[in-house]
Amino acid sequence: MNILQLEDVVKTYDKHVAVDKVSFNVPEGRIFGLLGPNGAGKTSLIRIITTITRADEGRVLLAGEPLNSNTPTQIGYMPEERGLYKKMKVGDHLMYLAQLKGLSKKEAKAAIGDWFDKFEISDWWGKKVEELSKGMQQKIQFIATIIHKPKLLILDEPFSGLDPINTNLIKDEIHQLQQEGVSIIFSTHRMEQVEEICEEIVLINKGKNILNGEVKAIKDQFKENRFRLDFDTDLPTAVTQQANIIEQGPNHIVIQLSAGEDSNNLLRYFISNGLHVTAFNEILPSLNEIFIQQVTTFEEAV
Amino acid sequence: MNNLWLIIKREYLTRVTRRSFILATLLTPLAIGLFFVVVSFIFQYDSDDSKRIAVIDEGNIFDGKIKDENNLFFKFVNSDLDELKNSFEETDYNGILLIPSLEDLLKKDFRVFYYSDEKLTLDIEPIIVSRIRERVRDYKIDQLQIDRQQLNALNTKIELEPKPIKAAPEATTKMAGKIAAAIGFFMGIIMYMTVFIYGMMVMRSVMEEKTSRIVEVMISSVKPFQLMLGKIIGVGAVGLTQLAIWAILIPLIVTIAGLFFGADADAMPPSAAAAGAEIDPEEAEAMLSLVIQELSQQNWWAILPLFILYFLGGYFMYSALFAAVGSAMGDDLGEGQALTIPITIPVLLAFYIMMVSVQAPNSSLAIWSSIFPLFSPIVMPARIPFDPPIWQVLLSLFLLIATALALVWLSGRIYRVGILMYGKKVGLKELGKWMFRG
Repeated sequence: MNILQLEDVVKTYDKHVAVDKVSFNVPEGRIFGLLGPNGAGKTSLIRIITTITRADEGRVLLAGEPLNSNTPTQIGYMPEERGLYKKMKVGDHLMYLAQLKGLSKKEAKAAIGDWFDKFEISDWWGKKVEELSKGMQQKIQFIATIIHKPKLLILDEPFSGLDPINTNLIKDEIHQLQQEGVSIIFSTHRMEQVEEICEEIVLINKGKNILNGEVKAIKDQFKENRFRLDFDTDLPTAVTQQANIIEQGPNHIVIQLSAGEDSNNLLRYFISNGLHVTAFNEILPSLNEIFIQQVTTFEEAV
Repeated sequence: MNNLWLIIKREYLTRVTRRSFILATLLTPLAIGLFFVVVSFIFQYDSDDSKRIAVIDEGNIFDGKIKDENNLFFKFVNSDLDELKNSFEETDYNGILLIPSLEDLLKKDFRVFYYSDEKLTLDIEPIIVSRIRERVRDYKIDQLQIDRQQLNALNTKIELEPKPIKAAPEATTKMAGKIAAAIGFFMGIIMYMTVFIYGMMVMRSVMEEKTSRIVEVMISSVKPFQLMLGKIIGVGAVGLTQLAIWAILIPLIVTIAGLFFGADADAMPPSAAAAGAEIDPEEAEAMLSLVIQELSQQNWWAILPLFILYFLGGYFMYSALFAAVGSAMGDDLGEGQALTIPITIPVLLAFYIMMVSVQAPNSSLAIWSSIFPLFSPIVMPARIPFDPPIWQVLLSLFLLIATALALVWLSGRIYRVGILMYGKKVGLKELGKWMFRG
């Protein structure tokens, strides 16, 4: 079951095509990465999903239904550019945002109380937003995003400007929410975070979908049959005839296997030649490498 | 609908509970009351500086009589001028008033001399002049043997009394035109100020939402148009609240201040009293009752609802434009200032036309400006006390409401693009393009 389906979505501003026939699905209960360089069209896509703007062409389905006036109550969106009304009291502010998301006064109050207990900030209710530090405001923004228990959570660069403590706090909350069945779209251009958090990604560049799939599958797809061997004795002298070494260090080598060659045979060769192997593993490309490679090849093609 | 109500409520409550709003709303009437008290105190303030003046009456015009007043003491002396001047240091006189004898009774000019090394101050000069003028007049009448009654009859007082040709439901008085102009002018000024004050308030609030980056969070929950409309209605309600409080408090405080500090006609300064010398207290009282009669004869049941309608129309129209401009502005208030000029120009023009219209409410300039929707909210209220033809009012209202709706809609289209535009300087041309973007 997909929580979100995009089919050939197009969005044009003046003559600039921001989103160009993009299609992908976000499976329910997954953490999904929406990746792309700055200006690739990520924010344009998110604004379409959150019904801030409308797509010129194509279809967007949330939980099987086309986007409608009820959509905003099912989505929690934390924009990259986020702020709060500085003069409002924290409690009033959250009440306001929660009620705009369709919660009744009573529900809103209870939900805010729960989160305040959880983050141990119950004494913040009567404080003005401007009295809070930046990190404290970020907590409030996060609570505001999820206060109405959305089915789909969209986080646009959620960790930008966050201190390490809040970063971990929100990471934990993201995982917890996922366990409760919430689907999460995580938009960023920071690849190390994607690798750590996301299970599935779509890569957007210049408004086009250039790569889509599970992180593991994508890595498999882009692997180049390279293996790293660590050892603590001397290498056999005839090793270069047996294997294509592309990198060599004092206690490790990186070997390129040709297609169809079995890595077990190689390992067996080294062991039978008396090499003391401490580690042997396949080198998978990092998402960052794939990202850069994909973007540059895409750009050359255009 | 529910969200719109939530937005209106927040916009209203955050403003009226703000300390600056409460202070401004309560302190403005107090400040006006204080102003009245201070002004009347200043006018009531009598000079405590007493002056003694020696009078040499060469022709014995005064017959030895001249009234003292306000620390001003006149003393007739029989010595001659040179003698007095020589011994001036020893006397306690401040000056010497030399009134020569009146040679030619038919001569209009009469020169009197005042010898002193002190400057003649503004508060005593008019008293001396008027004393002498009155006395010389009486003296001339007696000497020329003119009949006083005949003389008084020469000074004909003209009253132009307007009378309706067709039978009017109520009699108009000679004050009608002036009162209508005053009411019209007052309403025009209030319109002009509210459009600016509250329109600017909407604009600043839009800019704040944009610069504090709350706006994208908001519009992921509500439609941009709802957010804009809620803000306009909320601020408008704040404006009405403030006006209502002032409408009650200002007359109250001014009346109380008047009671306690006696800011009445007696407190008029001598110069003002001299200027209005022809108005005696009885006449002033009669005029006051005429004003009150005329005020109560105004058709307030038509004036007030129309005033509110024009207020709403004008406010919605201009605050929507201000909202659109606010959405296009960046973090820098200065750079966007150019964008507000196209809005302020019609408001200023309307203000000047309004000032002309209260004097000539049926000129073609006044008529067409009160129908043209960008001017009508300020010009038409100024014309209403003059009973303009009903078709003009209806046409003007229809055009105003239609234009206000159209401008709110168009501004909404600019607004929804503008609020998401960061770090880009935009011109009027771009705003125009945004209106038609899909």
